[in-house]
Amino acid sequence: MHMADALISPAVGGTMWAISGGLIAYCANKVKTSIRDNLVPMMGVLGAFIFAAQMINFSIPGTGSSGHLGGGLILTALLGPYAAFLVMASVLTVQAFFFADGGLLALGCNIFNLGFFPAFVAYPLIYRAFVKGQYGTSRAWVGAIIAAVVGLQLGAFSVVLETKASGISELPFGTFVLMMLPIHLAIGVVEGLATAAVVSFVARARPEALQTAPASEASVSLRPVLIGLAIAAVIMGGVASWFASTHPDGLEWSMAKVSGKEELESPGDGIHKSLAEVQERTAFLPDYGFKSGEAAPETATPAEHAAAPEPEPWPAVNAGTSVAGIVGGLMTLALACLIGIALRARSIQRTCGNG
Amino acid sequence: MGITDWIEIGRMDELGRMDTPAHRLDARAKAIVTLAFIVVVMSFPRHDVSALTPFLLYPIALISLGRIPVGYLARKILIAAPFALFIGIFNPLLDRTPVTTIGTVAISGGWVSFGSIMFRFFLTVGAALALVACTGMNRLGAALERLGVPRVFVVQLLFLYRYLFVVSDQAGKMKRSAEMRSSGRPLRLRVYGSMIGHLLLRSMDRAERVYRAMVARGFDGEVRVLRPSSFVWSDAIFVAGCLLFFVSARLWNLAEAFGRLLTGGAM
Repeated sequence: MHMADALISPAVGGTMWAISGGLIAYCANKVKTSIRDNLVPMMGVLGAFIFAAQMINFSIPGTGSSGHLGGGLILTALLGPYAAFLVMASVLTVQAFFFADGGLLALGCNIFNLGFFPAFVAYPLIYRAFVKGQYGTSRAWVGAIIAAVVGLQLGAFSVVLETKASGISELPFGTFVLMMLPIHLAIGVVEGLATAAVVSFVARARPEALQTAPASEASVSLRPVLIGLAIAAVIMGGVASWFASTHPDGLEWSMAKVSGKEELESPGDGIHKSLAEVQERTAFLPDYGFKSGEAAPETATPAEHAAAPEPEPWPAVNAGTSVAGIVGGLMTLALACLIGIALRARSIQRTCGNG
Repeated sequence: MGITDWIEIGRMDELGRMDTPAHRLDARAKAIVTLAFIVVVMSFPRHDVSALTPFLLYPIALISLGRIPVGYLARKILIAAPFALFIGIFNPLLDRTPVTTIGTVAISGGWVSFGSIMFRFFLTVGAALALVACTGMNRLGAALERLGVPRVFVVQLLFLYRYLFVVSDQAGKMKRSAEMRSSGRPLRLRVYGSMIGHLLLRSMDRAERVYRAMVARGFDGEVRVLRPSSFVWSDAIFVAGCLLFFVSARLWNLAEAFGRLLTGGAM
């Protein structure tokens, strides 16, 4: 579920950075005004706990596989949504820094997908409503499973949206959704079971731990939720319509005309598929050069696309350019490695000289 | 997340505390340049491969100047690769338009964009890991704070990082003792719940002790982050030089120009 940088466009990554950054600032402000001084060490240690808990697996009944705790729900139950969101964000940041689990540009996406939904949607709207303080009952188990499933489904769905809006993967929207949601249904059930098992133990062993989140914080107001969702929706909608509505300039449109390939296109795929195809054609122009604004190639309406004639031999195959590109690329790689070796030798020499 | 990962994170911490030309650069400068690097790399149209090759220079320069073991970093990158591989592998299946030829073999657009995704993955992950390996968490945290990240969040990051080793050590011990008593059978959910619950309660107790110790040493609710480094002119030159290089490599396909020079100007 952790998205990598290699599949994210700067526009999508930057937008999600802004959204998650705003949420972090908002939550940081909320936490700062909280009266609980011990919240600072508590948050830090519980973040470390989430990491450590992921080292231990349990066997999933009826299957041969095993699962572990994800953490969003249980953190919210212990700390309240604002502090829990910050802890999740810090866990994801450390994962990106030290395990390359999710990239830096994708960090905003990952914080939103894995932090926002459990803390501000799944816990306050589903888990609390179901459990009502009766931990350890079957209600609590059902509530935990439903809340975890909903949180993960929303997260997985926004992974799909962010990947599609980035336009780097060719996966059609429908296929991608059908791939992501069932997998995360299973993961959600496992997460719900693990959360409920831990919470019911804590409720028996030390019930007061679950009430440490002050009432004023635990009852999250709907406002930040709605604002967050509205901003995300507006931006996603804006990105989508921007891709869909702008008209391509003449050159690109004619490029599309001479090299259309509808026979590969399945009907239900809609705008994104055709956008993707137009982009992939135009990205490989004969001159192979830089084209200002990658946005322009992404632009065509299905109608224009449908008007394209039968495919002709690919116009951009130019042996000279290909050879120059391949030779140049390989030589550049070799050169970069050589420079690296030279720099390392220099770095060692300099340190030895200093020492 | 296995035990070996924890040894790995300890190694990363050791690397971050070395003293090399790359480590001596200001953490803010490295953070800004690395972020700019990732944004520029990801801003290329998705069928570019050769134009991206000059960008390898940046992670390689950091790794070499920071004397970070290449094999260690490469292994970390490979461990993280499955997600990009899993999503990217659909491109060759879905996009079969031939776009170029090598000899007589036609290469489809899907394979080119797949190659581009994987190359970008290596570039972006490599740069991010190199940044952390030649900066270390403490310097990075201080840099984030000075770049305007909310203090509460920076303190949270540093706290989390500090207790990561302690709590995971405890978890490792519990895991080992459970394995010894259950002769290697996987844990049942009930046992798992109690075990993780115990770990949780012990962690919370630890947080409470930490808090008392902090109060005893004068903690007033405000955490001061140490600021070990200062931004000097060599850092400014580093930032300016890197950004200039990224922009020119973005505007012109340097690799192809180089290739044209070598093949005698085929255009």
